[in-house]
Amino acid sequence: MTNQTEVKQNKSVVANAFNNGLNWVDERFPLTSNIKAHLTEYYAPKNFNFWYYFGSLSLLVLVLQILTGIFLTMHYKPDAELAFGSVEYIMRDVPWGWLIRYMHSTGASMFFVVVYLHMFRGIIYGSYRNPRELIWLFGVGIFLCLMGEAFFGYLLPWGQMSYWGAQVIVNLFSAIPFVGPDVSEWLRGDYLVSDATLNRFFAFHVIALPFVLVGLVAAHIIALHEVGSNNPDGVEIKKLKDKVTGIPLDGIPFHPYYTVKDIVGTVVFLIVFSTIIFFAPEMGGYFLEANNFVPANPLVTPAHIAPVWYFTPYYSILRAVPPFPGVSLLSIPPSLFPGVAAMGLSVMVFALLPWLDKSPVKSIRYRGTLYKKWLAAFVVSFIVLGYLGTEPANVWGQFGAWLGNADRATVVARAFTIIYFAFFILMPWYTKKDKTLPVPERVTG
Amino acid sequence: MNNIIKKTLLVLAFSASAILPQWANANEGAHLDKAPVDASNHESLQRGARTFVNNCLNCHSANYMRYNRLLYIGLTEKQIKDNLMFASEKIGDPMKVAINKADAKKWFGVAPPDLSVEVRARGANWVYSYMRGFYRDETSATGWGNCVFDPVSCKVSMPHVLYELQGEQAINHETHELTLAKPGKLSAAEYDTLVGDLTNFLAYMAEPAKQQRNHMGWFVLLFLGVLLVLTYKLKKAYWKDIH
Repeated sequence: MTNQTEVKQNKSVVANAFNNGLNWVDERFPLTSNIKAHLTEYYAPKNFNFWYYFGSLSLLVLVLQILTGIFLTMHYKPDAELAFGSVEYIMRDVPWGWLIRYMHSTGASMFFVVVYLHMFRGIIYGSYRNPRELIWLFGVGIFLCLMGEAFFGYLLPWGQMSYWGAQVIVNLFSAIPFVGPDVSEWLRGDYLVSDATLNRFFAFHVIALPFVLVGLVAAHIIALHEVGSNNPDGVEIKKLKDKVTGIPLDGIPFHPYYTVKDIVGTVVFLIVFSTIIFFAPEMGGYFLEANNFVPANPLVTPAHIAPVWYFTPYYSILRAVPPFPGVSLLSIPPSLFPGVAAMGLSVMVFALLPWLDKSPVKSIRYRGTLYKKWLAAFVVSFIVLGYLGTEPANVWGQFGAWLGNADRATVVARAFTIIYFAFFILMPWYTKKDKTLPVPERVTG
Repeated sequence: MNNIIKKTLLVLAFSASAILPQWANANEGAHLDKAPVDASNHESLQRGARTFVNNCLNCHSANYMRYNRLLYIGLTEKQIKDNLMFASEKIGDPMKVAINKADAKKWFGVAPPDLSVEVRARGANWVYSYMRGFYRDETSATGWGNCVFDPVSCKVSMPHVLYELQGEQAINHETHELTLAKPGKLSAAEYDTLVGDLTNFLAYMAEPAKQQRNHMGWFVLLFLGVLLVLTYKLKKAYWKDIH
């Protein structure tokens, strides 16, 4: 008997101390109120499906990239003479260095996998629509930042693909009229990609962009928690609240419901992630290119320069758009600017989605067949352009003389580039014309 | 509307059928033989290490490979020091070479590349086929040609270092088929084994952690599998009253 009372008393002593501590913090910092606002009393729709794992997974990969990146930075040397060797040093002599490096290199590709799936979720369920336009815009910012991170980071191993990939991309800027050549020289810090370029890319990769990225992610989540999450039905759960508690009828607290659910998603993701890391870190050359195991050599241009897979749809668009032929009468020189501009637009155009979509419904569940066909065409173009971007332009051979012996792959890439842009440009028209279904009051599960 | 879609699909199917047959020919290049790579075969790795150190490590360095890494393929420190270390003093030194890059460039036209990660850059099958692909070519500077190195010109800067062992091959210029014109010290099968062991060692050297990586992977997946069951049950328990 006395023992039990003692345990109870001990417990209440511990609980009291905890509560006192919490009160002490809460009087000085909004800890409890923030936990409530973002976790235990943040009400998310109860009908999240498969597609809703990729937001939290993106956050997970971001944290993994930052942590592994910190440890890589401890051993990596941002110096043209030493960089390649320091990566091999990490792979061989640093304890668990190979694991950290593979986590980081696989993480880069997996970041794009989860972000692309997360963006696709936003597109099919209309998560960019009113009142979530700003969430979407912050998201596009994150996507741009991520592309910058990937581009700057890819130079650091200082292999042939690192070097020539950077050379090609930086040279693109010189196609911008008037200021182009100066801009690309300013980016490189030299007349060609060199030690100076490696140093500044390192600075961008480990400090500048991660700061911006984390800030944008915070803004993305704050904006989300302000207006509340969308859901596969695209209905606003805040419209119907419990009269007494004021809690949305179709809402459940994020913690514990979605925390335990996202942990399952995290484990499934880690299974895929680990399978790649431990059994196929190169992913057949798609995650780590064979040519990048040859040290950078400014005097030897590789026969085939291809960006990593996550950039290839835009790279395909760049190659597909014919150059401006120039006007000799007005002494305007030929220019690659149309292709460069199209590539830039193909990424930036995502930002316009909230204003291009005129449909009365948000979710694909209540849209008509017209929209679904356009979306399918867009997905097919994205994938085909992505594939073609990894291959040289003559991969499918040439058409006969009837088409001027044009490369087949280039002609196909042009067709799909048109479809890619038509998906966006014609969206106001086909979303308005589309025959939609009535949207239910409550979520359907 | 449906009509238009059917027509579009037809056109797409038609153009695909025009394109697809080309795929097979798209990736031309030398035919590569499959290399017998097996990182668990320590004897093969040891033989390969000996061939590498005796024949390759005069011109080609392996700057990222330390001698004491050979302890992991079953050699003792004494064996390494007595039989394999000629250029270095310390067992922790990397496999460097004394050859001067500028001289090498003058002699061969190109400085011999470091071979630490060659297999990751070229592939084991390439290395295996390349080392078996030399043939006598009196028109070239070194007296040797190799169609694996350059399928178009069959030119190569490296002379056939192992020709005493393999002998001399001749090429049929039409088919690129190789025949043994002058036998060497080894039979064809023995030479293939020698090059197989060498390739196996080069593959090991390109990523020494690979075996540990694959081995660990199974334990990680097993752990995650158990974790998946537990977390799924946890999720079910929490969600049982949500409909």
